[in-house]
Amino acid sequence: MKKTTLMKKLLATTVAGIMVASLTACGSQAPAAPAAEAPKEEAPAAAPAAEAKEEAAAPAGDGVTLEFQQWWGVEMPDGALQEIVDGFTAQTGINISLLSNPYADTKTQIAAGASTGTMADVVGLDGSWVYDFAKQGAISNLSELMKADGYDDSQLSDQIKYNGDTYMIPVVNFAYPLYVNLDILEQAGVEKVPETWTEFLAACDKIKANTDAAAYCIPLNTEAPNGIQNQFMSWVWASGGNMLKDGKPGLTGNDTVTKTVELFKTMYDKKYLTDGVYALQEQDMVNEFENGRLAFMIDGVSHLTTITNESPDLKFTVAPQPKADGYTGKSGMDVACWGIGISGNSEHQAECMQFVEYMMSPEVNAKLAQIANAFPGNINANPDYSSNSELFLKAFDLWNTCYAINEFTGAPTSEDLMRSFNEELILYLDGDTATTDDMLANIQAAWEEAYN
Amino acid sequence: MNTANQTAKIRKKITPYMYLMPTIVLMVILLVVPICMVIKFSMLDEAITSKAPSFVGIKNYVKVLTDKNFWNAAKNTMFFVLVSIVAHMVIGMVFAMVLNTRYLSSTTKGLCRVIFALPWMFTASVIAILWRLMMNPSGIINYLIVTLHLSPEGVDWLASRSVALIAVTIINIWSGYPFYMISMLAGLQGISTDMYEASALDGANGIRTFIHITLPSLKPILISLIMLDFVWTLQQFALIWMTTGGGPVGSTETIATYIYKQAFSKYKYSIASTAAVLLLIICIIIGIFYVRHQRSEE
Repeated sequence: MKKTTLMKKLLATTVAGIMVASLTACGSQAPAAPAAEAPKEEAPAAAPAAEAKEEAAAPAGDGVTLEFQQWWGVEMPDGALQEIVDGFTAQTGINISLLSNPYADTKTQIAAGASTGTMADVVGLDGSWVYDFAKQGAISNLSELMKADGYDDSQLSDQIKYNGDTYMIPVVNFAYPLYVNLDILEQAGVEKVPETWTEFLAACDKIKANTDAAAYCIPLNTEAPNGIQNQFMSWVWASGGNMLKDGKPGLTGNDTVTKTVELFKTMYDKKYLTDGVYALQEQDMVNEFENGRLAFMIDGVSHLTTITNESPDLKFTVAPQPKADGYTGKSGMDVACWGIGISGNSEHQAECMQFVEYMMSPEVNAKLAQIANAFPGNINANPDYSSNSELFLKAFDLWNTCYAINEFTGAPTSEDLMRSFNEELILYLDGDTATTDDMLANIQAAWEEAYN
Repeated sequence: MNTANQTAKIRKKITPYMYLMPTIVLMVILLVVPICMVIKFSMLDEAITSKAPSFVGIKNYVKVLTDKNFWNAAKNTMFFVLVSIVAHMVIGMVFAMVLNTRYLSSTTKGLCRVIFALPWMFTASVIAILWRLMMNPSGIINYLIVTLHLSPEGVDWLASRSVALIAVTIINIWSGYPFYMISMLAGLQGISTDMYEASALDGANGIRTFIHITLPSLKPILISLIMLDFVWTLQQFALIWMTTGGGPVGSTETIATYIYKQAFSKYKYSIASTAAVLLLIICIIIGIFYVRHQRSEE
């Protein structure tokens, strides 16, 4: 055989070998291997390269490495979440490998992981995902794990259940109060923040007549239809109403929901709403408020610091959401949360539960809440808010006067529920659907299909 | 001796396949296996979400093909694809001819080349953010419309059910024309000047020269570009998702956004797989035409 031929064959074999080896590496899943087989150095290689990965800095204890996929790390100050999980490693010797990505990416990756059985060991969850992941068996039954551990769940502010068992624990909560631009109110001649719907509409009228600003905004872009949850349904909850009846859709014949739809129809017809709401996303609404073009918005307290930092000259406050005329009961306050759950595929269920318990311990939970500008998920946690702004403390006081509510949490395909509501609301606002009852009947039918 | 000959023959036959093996392995793992899985899911009930999905044959196909939302998405997709392709071709051709003209200095041409090619450099997310800002009700486009008295009030570009599809198509046209422009410029520079000189001697005007020399010379490139663009635009997801999310009320829903919503919002992976297979069939048909055309060119 010629030397060149031999060289060619050798080269071809080597290239083929390398490619097969690399394919094997790419194709291999990233399960949490048994302690002895999973040295810390191997974990990063198994995780997707594109993911922002922060390795646990503490030395490996018994060698177990848990992957913790969430969006929180991106929304907290640099290194803050790493510092918190390092505390767990120091205590237990269990390494935590953080997979931090923005919310939307995390959602897609967790959904993909749920489908393929490659979900990270511990995952950050949104309440609206729980029903579907629990139904798929992608996330573990925490009730069983808590029972096995003898964990006292009475200290938890809430638990998100499926078929009576807990599948997600809210770690921190973000309340959604009413943000008010005081400059616009002053310019419009509105003397006090409205407390009832009549006062609110009167204020909107003055704002429309005397300023260039919009009175209210509901982002109705279909990409993320949570405007229905945060900027629409919050009005129902603030007036003591509900969208569900006995855990099932209860929209038809629902007085509070009907009145709320009519409130929005009035706002739309009288052009109190920001222009182009059908294409706006939540961030657009925040931008409008920051730029002084929006008088009122319902938004999470997590944006307080951002708004203050980005628009230091903006004179604004937070206030309770106006109630329906005549309602004197306690208001529900819309709440979003960072929830935590455990992958059904994780081989380290006990270690994962240990980590969840650590995150929910009063001290750690208080620290997380303080850093994230949120309210704790453990009722015994006592966050030190002394360094937080006055407005945040005001929001905290408001939170304490209301009850937390979000009926989309734990609902089946909740994003799709919001989307169908979104579309029917647009059709009604545009006049394509004749009456509020017709609109609600259409949504009821779509929702019942999801619940069946 | 015979055995040695046979071995040599087999070895000779196998050798080319061994060279192809790395590519074949890659194609099988990254292409064939996922496609087969999606086809399989499309024939199962509650694929992925159920531990024991049952085989339902073509039931999902019937469901998708009788779903009015799917047909609405198909209709929007056709509009989006066809208008985009025609506009890409016209704009790409005009700009390529501008860059190929002898009336501009090489510096001006270089500068224009960079400016005209810029949209091709941006990622979908940058393009979406840019155009969302420009098409905002209080954005620069409406400002110009009102300032120049083209209309007493601005247009709800992405928020109006009657305008949104046109708006996202405009965005897609803007982001995609440079590909045509660059390819056609390369084609134009390859046309012999002798042909233009001969047509000038024959007294042909600019339009006749364009129809009888430029267009026929560019035909092979154009056909390839149209086929590739058809497949790419058909699969366009990010741009639509990040601008309108398929709304308002399905007015910009395309097959790609329909599939995404079925999979990641409704968790109906079987239906999503079925729609994906239908999309795949369309792409395969275009692919066959493309390969045949390439072969005939050879």
